[in-house]
Amino acid sequence: MTEERPMLDVKNLSVRYRGTDTPAVRDVSFTLGRERLGIVGESGSGKSTVGRALLKLLPTAELTADRMRFEEVDLLTAPERKMLELRGQRMSMILQDPKFSLNPIQRCGLQIAEAYRTHVRCSKGEARAKAIEMLSAVQIRDPERVFDLYPHEVSGGMGQRIMIAMMLLADPGLVIADEPTSALDVTVRLKVLRILDGLVREKGIGLIMISHDLSLVRSFCDRVLIMYAGRVVETLAARDLDNARHPYTQGLLAAQPRIGGSRDELPVLERKDSWLEPAEERP
Amino acid sequence: MTLNRQHMRGALGQGASILVTLFGLLILTFVIGRIMPTDPVRAIVGEDATQEVYMNVYQELGLDKPMWQQFFLYLRDLATGDFGTSIRTGKPVIQDILHALPATIELATFAIIIGACLGVPLGVMAAVKKDRWQDHVIRVFSLMGHSMPIFWTGMIGLLVFYASLGWVGGSGRMSQFYIGMVPDRTGFLLIDSAVAGQWDVFRSALRHIILPAALLGYSSSAYITRMTRSFMLDQINQEYVTTARVKGLSQRQTIWRHAFANIRVQLVTIVALAYGALLEGAVLIETVFAWPGFGQYLTSSLRIGDMNAVMTCVLIVGLIFITLNIISDILYRVFDPRTR
Amino acid sequence: MTMLDDTSGQTSAPRQTPQALIAARNIAVFLAKAPPSAFGLIVLAVLILSALFAPLLATHDPYVQDLQNTLQAPSAAHFFGTDELGRDIYSRLLYGSRITLTIIGLVSIVVGPIGLFVGTVAGYFGGKVDIVLMRLTDIFLSFPSLILSLAFVAALGPSLNNAIVAISLTAWPPIARLARAETLTFRQADYIAAARLQGASATRIIWRSIVPMCMPSVLIRLTLNMATVILTAAGLGFLGLGAQPPLPEWGAMIATGRRYMIDSWWLVTFPGLAILSVSLAFNLLGDGLRDALDPKQMNRR
Repeated sequence: MTEERPMLDVKNLSVRYRGTDTPAVRDVSFTLGRERLGIVGESGSGKSTVGRALLKLLPTAELTADRMRFEEVDLLTAPERKMLELRGQRMSMILQDPKFSLNPIQRCGLQIAEAYRTHVRCSKGEARAKAIEMLSAVQIRDPERVFDLYPHEVSGGMGQRIMIAMMLLADPGLVIADEPTSALDVTVRLKVLRILDGLVREKGIGLIMISHDLSLVRSFCDRVLIMYAGRVVETLAARDLDNARHPYTQGLLAAQPRIGGSRDELPVLERKDSWLEPAEERP
Repeated sequence: MTLNRQHMRGALGQGASILVTLFGLLILTFVIGRIMPTDPVRAIVGEDATQEVYMNVYQELGLDKPMWQQFFLYLRDLATGDFGTSIRTGKPVIQDILHALPATIELATFAIIIGACLGVPLGVMAAVKKDRWQDHVIRVFSLMGHSMPIFWTGMIGLLVFYASLGWVGGSGRMSQFYIGMVPDRTGFLLIDSAVAGQWDVFRSALRHIILPAALLGYSSSAYITRMTRSFMLDQINQEYVTTARVKGLSQRQTIWRHAFANIRVQLVTIVALAYGALLEGAVLIETVFAWPGFGQYLTSSLRIGDMNAVMTCVLIVGLIFITLNIISDILYRVFDPRTR
Repeated sequence: MTMLDDTSGQTSAPRQTPQALIAARNIAVFLAKAPPSAFGLIVLAVLILSALFAPLLATHDPYVQDLQNTLQAPSAAHFFGTDELGRDIYSRLLYGSRITLTIIGLVSIVVGPIGLFVGTVAGYFGGKVDIVLMRLTDIFLSFPSLILSLAFVAALGPSLNNAIVAISLTAWPPIARLARAETLTFRQADYIAAARLQGASATRIIWRSIVPMCMPSVLIRLTLNMATVILTAAGLGFLGLGAQPPLPEWGAMIATGRRYMIDSWWLVTFPGLAILSVSLAFNLLGDGLRDALDPKQMNRR
């Protein structure tokens, strides 16, 4: 037992969507303190499902686990009412593409303010002030103007910053970022990530960053989970990524193009069924 | 700037297509009028007029001219507001129709309110409970409304709710007793009687309108329910709905504040179209309920082959349909921030 | 190049058949699984059987009057009672199913080809042809079908045949719209290009390659429209503009029964139930089919 109880403790989480035979996620275990954890895998590996399962946002799926605890709350048995309290206030999630994840017919500012008003009893004016304050915290220059814009009137990068503002407004303890930058232009990715990273550090938020981008995870996370076909195949510290032992992780690393690297064809990722055996626990 | 020009071009194109549809409508009514078996000359001169009188009228009506000239004569008459005279009533057709229309509009409006109040919540519920028993029950219920022959349901309704239970008024817009008591201001009986402060009449009118309107509304709710369900299903799986859930909104708040808010514009369009379709049911139900409206005027004219009346009725219905389409289009543009 | 396209056209065409079969089986399985659709199928089966075996199932001659026995309530002798001329309502309903089936059948035979022709030609040629044909379709669509049929019947004179003609005239536009949409998706396909390169005429391409591809969706759409057709036909009959007495058409039966409705409820109740259940059956079946296939495309009118 560690001295400090981890904020999030998941043991053998499995998720199976109704109407399918094979579970999308199988026996995933990890813990999270006030740190930044990356979950990496190719599409379909179940990494997004893990994120949504933590918030219990999968109405058509069956969740089983030995343990799924967030701070003092047992997520497995928590009733929907408890989850409503948790979501947005203590746990939140940044979704992938602001083009789809913002309500197209509601002004951006109102959507942010709604996140606040859901959990804090306050007047419209207070919520507005809070939202504008948050918009400037995500480095939006003219927050008053942006407050009144519709989502189709803002750029992708700004949309995602609005999303971040909305999700960090209530000072949650845990934020899940589900591919937060993959829908954005390469040029603004880093900026958005820096803003997110700055806020997470400043407020001491636990972050789960779900991504397919190894180099991104390497530079913004402390620890990395590698997922393959619904299982965690390897867990290691971000700085140790180059020493990964699992052949799948090695494959992922090798398949990355590198500036100044060799110009030969990149190796094709290898897949073996034997990886689907339960992963050995790392010491 | 380019956006504006695009809008302009869209509006122009739409205007042109409306004009073409209108022209087609006129051709259609003209053709229907010409192939009708009744002899318009006989209708005017009577059975025992001489050949000479007959031919005079024949020429007066322009029936000796080629078809295309007759068509332009028809257009000219319409342009000057001359829709012809009804054989049956002897009055200008347009006057008859304008007199009958308020009764139908009153009935149809009452019905669409019932239909929307029934159809929209049911559609939302069916979408939320997709494939569960609620969905199936709602589906059968609304298809039932869509499948019933409305003239028959009207009779059964009269039999049960009027003859047996006495809950509602019988046929007509109000009890015989009250007819002529309310000054005709707008033609909408509920409004007129309320304005005149004659609450007895108002109550009677309400008792008479409720059954036909409820039946019409139920039958139109089928379409509204189905479309609401399908629109909602499109929205429920959108990411922004997940966002709302992540924010901590309950399922009900998510559905109504976010998903439903996004289909409101589409629903307006659907309700406008359903309103047009109601007119069809109104023709039949007015016959059953002896409702002195447009539908009854049309069917009575049809039975005796009153050409001018039938042509104008068809034209008016077409115009109403085109207008509803334009209105729903405009509403779409006004209410959806993305099309502004 | 031509050879390549040619072979791809050759191989993809025969591959369609098993796929269609699989689709048909999937649809059947789906329908059986959904109870409402299954109910629809059963009612339709009953309708067809009663039309086929009407002479065997009927207890009386539907046209023979028995003035001693007018307006009899339902009993063992007359299951659904007798009408104002003493005719057996049950037997009349059975024979009426023949009229209903005739209307459905004839309307489909007229509407299907017209809709297919207009739609495929508009879709295949595009451009001005498309604009003109679709404008025409829109004009017809801008009317509620019952009112347009009413006007046509009034013009042609009231009779069953004219009612069928009038209904057909108003029922083809949705089919044409659908066929056009389907054609647009096939028009660019490789095997159409291959046929064109081989020098096949437009008529041949439309008839041999496009029409067969549009058939399944058009047939389903026809099924969906049947409920409307039945209601319109009954409405016309009710207004005295469709089938004429003494034909046992359900809508007309309700119209004559209306006068005796207060004292003899069975005169209008049973024909109405017959109309309701058949049109409900088509609606349930159509709804099931709509779900079984692409729901989005079929939802559009």
